[in-house]
Formats: sequence, C-alpha cells, structure tokens
Amino acid sequence: MSKLVEQSASRAQPLSMAQVRRVGFQTIVIREFNRIIRIWSQTLLPSVVTATLYFLIFGKVIGGRVGLMDGFAYMMYIAPGLIMQAVINNSYTNVVSSFFGAKFGKHIEELLVSPLPSWIIVTGYVSGGVVRGAIVGVLVSAVALFFTHLPVEHPLIVVGAAILTSVTFALGGFLNAMFAKNFDQISIIPTFLLAPLTYLGGVFYSIADLPAWAHRLSLIDPILYMVNAFRFGFLGVSDVPVFYAFAIMIVAIIGLFGAAVVLLDRSSGIRE
Amino acid sequence: MNALSVRGLTKTYHNGVQALKGIDLTVEEGDFFALLGPNGAGKTTLIGIVTSLVRKSGGEASIFGYDIDRQLEVAKSCIGVVPQEINFNMFESPLTIVVNQAGFYGIPRPVARQRAEKYLKQLQLWDKRNHASRGLSGGMKRRLMIARALMHEPRLLILDEPTAGVDIEIRRSMWEFLREINQRGTTIILTTHYLEEAENLCRNIAIIDGGRIIERDRMSNLLRRLHTETFVLTLAKPLTHSPSLPPYPVRLLDEITLEVEVSKEENLNRLFALLSDLGIEVLSLRNKVNRLEEIFMRLVEKGAAA
Repeated sequence: MSKLVEQSASRAQPLSMAQVRRVGFQTIVIREFNRIIRIWSQTLLPSVVTATLYFLIFGKVIGGRVGLMDGFAYMMYIAPGLIMQAVINNSYTNVVSSFFGAKFGKHIEELLVSPLPSWIIVTGYVSGGVVRGAIVGVLVSAVALFFTHLPVEHPLIVVGAAILTSVTFALGGFLNAMFAKNFDQISIIPTFLLAPLTYLGGVFYSIADLPAWAHRLSLIDPILYMVNAFRFGFLGVSDVPVFYAFAIMIVAIIGLFGAAVVLLDRSSGIRE
Repeated sequence: MNALSVRGLTKTYHNGVQALKGIDLTVEEGDFFALLGPNGAGKTTLIGIVTSLVRKSGGEASIFGYDIDRQLEVAKSCIGVVPQEINFNMFESPLTIVVNQAGFYGIPRPVARQRAEKYLKQLQLWDKRNHASRGLSGGMKRRLMIARALMHEPRLLILDEPTAGVDIEIRRSMWEFLREINQRGTTIILTTHYLEEAENLCRNIAIIDGGRIIERDRMSNLLRRLHTETFVLTLAKPLTHSPSLPPYPVRLLDEITLEVEVSKEENLNRLFALLSDLGIEVLSLRNKVNRLEEIFMRLVEKGAAA
C-alpha cells in the first residue's frame, strides 16, 4: 500500500482559479451527461414513449377528426408543443433529481468542500439539465418526424426558445431541489404545477379558440409563451408576440439564477 | 508556517447547542496532529467549519495563511478531507468518483486518470475500479474516501475517524500509508476513537471536550505526564475476592484476572513479593491499555467534573 507515495514530492504548482473553475464546470457537466446515459431508461426513454403515444392518440386517432389548426394539420400543430413539453420536463427533472439525490446521499459535500464557487456549481447542474433537455428534444423531434412533416421557418428562434426554456426550468429544478426535504417534495411541483401549466399552455390547442375569460387566464401562464415561441420557430404562427416569450425567459433566468446562487451560498438545508 | 490557525472559533447551532466555545488552535505545516475528544466534543464541527460544511458563529480560521472568510476558494484548494460518514455516490464506480473529485479541484482529466491509477493501486482498490461503489466492503469505502481526498494532492489532509470499522490488518496498512504521506510533506490532522492510532502516528495532540480545547501538547510530553501504569495479571488459581495489596490499587476483573495500578517510580518486585506472600501465583502479565487512553480518560473525566 505504501510503496508508490510521491504525491507531496511531486506536487505540481498551484492551479489558477480560472482553471479550477473551467475544469470543475466541465467535470460537473460530464458527470451529469454520464448519469443521463447510465440511466437512459429513466432519463431518455420515458419521454420518447410518451411522445409516441401522444402522436398516435392525439395526432393520428383524434387529430384526423380535428381538422386544421391555424391552417396546419393537427399532428403538425401539436408537434412543437410536445417537443417543448419534453424539453421542459426533462430539464427540470434532471436537475431536481440529480441535485436532490446528491443532497440526500450527501455526495453534494464533494462539491461543497471543493474550491468551486456557487455560481459554477449552479451553472454546471443547469447545463446538465440543458443537455438532457436537448437530447430528449432531439429524440422527440425524431419521433415527430415519423408521424408528420415538420418545417422549420425560423431556426434561430427554435434553438433560442429551446435553450432558454431549458435553462429556465433547469434553474427551477435546482431551486426545488434546494428547498426539498424529501423525495415527495421533488415531485410536487412537476405534478401539481408544471404539468397543468404545460397542458394549459397551448400544447394541444390555440388559445384563440378559447372563450374570452379562458383566453385571458391563459395569458398568465408563462409556458404558453415558450410553447408559442417554439411553435413560431417551426410553423411561423403564434398566439402571443414572440418577443414577450424571450423577454419573460431572460428575466426569469436572471432572477432564478440569482436566487439559486444566493441560496447555495447560504446553503439552506445543506450546510449547518 | 501554520497549516491551520484557528482563533476564538465559536459555533452555536440553530437548536441552541453551543458546539464550540472559543477554540484557539494552531497546527504547524508538516505535522501529524491528533484531535481527540469524546463524542459530541466538537471535533467534527471544527473540521466542518474548516472545510466550509459548517458555518461558524464567530472567530477566525485560516489554512496556510488563507483566511476562510476572505480567501475561501484558495483555502479550500489546500485541503483534502476524509469525512466520518460515507459521502460518495454509491451508484458511481471508484474510478469515476476519484476522477471527478480531481476535476472539482481543476485537475485535467488525463492527469486525474493517472493519479486515480496511482492512488487506487496504493489503497488496493484498483481491481474494484469499475465496480459500483455500493458493493464495496466498509474498509474499501473508507480507503476510497482517502484516495478521493488525495486526488488533488492537498497540502493539508484532514481525516475524521478514517479507520472506523476497519479490521486491524487494513488499519495498520493505512497507518503506514498515512505515515509515508506525512513524511513526504503533507500535514495531517487526524481524529480517531482508536487512541492507539493517535499514539502511534501523531507528534502533537489536542484534546477537545465540551467545545473547548482542554489540552494541547506534544504527544511525548503528554505521555510523560502519566505517572502510573495498569497491569493485568492472569492468575494460576481462581480467587473469590479481591486481595489487599497496599499501596497498589487492585481490582479483580474475574476470578483469575487481577488489575493492578503501579506508580512509575515503583519497581514490580515489591508487587510480586506481596503476591507471593498471599500465595497468589501469576501466570502472565500485560499492560492494560495504551497510555494515551489513560491520559485521555483522566482529562475528560476531570473536565466533566469541573
């Protein structure tokens, strides 16, 4: 056990903090990516199965009777919303489960005792959520292409809306994990807040078809803006101004990121 | 230079428990330092503050001159910590755990892989490098935490009961390993309940109790202060009651085992003469416990009485 010790004698020059942060960030992202791949049947497969069922039932079976929506076949109309739904769920779920798991298993201490500042840790976890959101987004898009043609009218808006939405919900997942005390508390928000807001956020319909009161109510749902911005990128149609969507996401990201860093600095529920 | 310098450190938890009541402590660079104390004395709280897992209520602490309030990131980069509780991801392999840990300290992956091989081999974990960590034995998990703490080759290694639950053979090989690391220049702070471990490894010692340092000295000075030794005698014939052997305090542990306390100034001939007079035959004799344990118990008991 003792023959090869030479660590102190060969100790390298101190690393710059810039390198520590860069390599540390990369390491968190690589670790998150490896986790996503290692448990792919929990992280990647469910969204593909769910999306396939949605396309089969809502697109093929029911959609054939719905007719055109905003001038598009129903299957084509719901495809961007279903992709966005998968991106939102997976970005959120990845961060909340990974960070809470680290907190619960105490291996978050590996990061807390390291020289990495809180903003790097938050950015690393959020990037992991974005990576999973992106992979699942691509997979669900591939499923969509089995069922329908999907034009891309504004590619930059597609990419921009997907990334910003993913970052927003990954940050939401991080905050949820910070506050959560048990596993029940990490499923409450996805079940009772995220799912209703997504379903009522215009994934399956245009809010123009709703009664006036429901239309007005829908406008306070932030996911409506994200889904419509994404749909605008593909189909060129939206129920709301796309500018609003980007403004909401940028403001949300700044606020949520600030809150996440402050909370991690204070380490409520992590440090004593 | 001091590897660790702590002044007036206090910690009061939210539940009102005052875990540290103004700790002053310095550990010199290159030292192998024992921090001992009974359960709940404040050892883990002190380590927690130094490693930033616990927020201090007051006082100052610095690592190699880096103040943990003003230069926390640099201070933390100097420390490797082996915590009391297992705290790695049980679903990851040992190789992944140590390579990632190096990354958190800025060590590029190619270098991290080389070091992982070196330390996992040294700690006899290389064969298990790709297994899920949850399948490792208790001793292997402890060694994995040591390998992980060494990956960034820290100047200060803090070990919080690193050999708890480890069998004696592995424990002794870990001692040898730690001794060599220390000889190469790494400062080590060790907390342990195995006082034999501290006595064997450490040059300096502090005893903490009730949130205060009640003793701080060189190990050799502390051991010199012990004026008596306790011997355990195995008798040839059973006794029904404890014999009187003035001036030696005597205790009959069982019918053939006698415990006798002997002052260091006394020779043992007198004791054996008394035993012979009483017709007690002694088959064998051994020291009861290590010396540090006796001092530790006296200091802690004195602290409790005060």
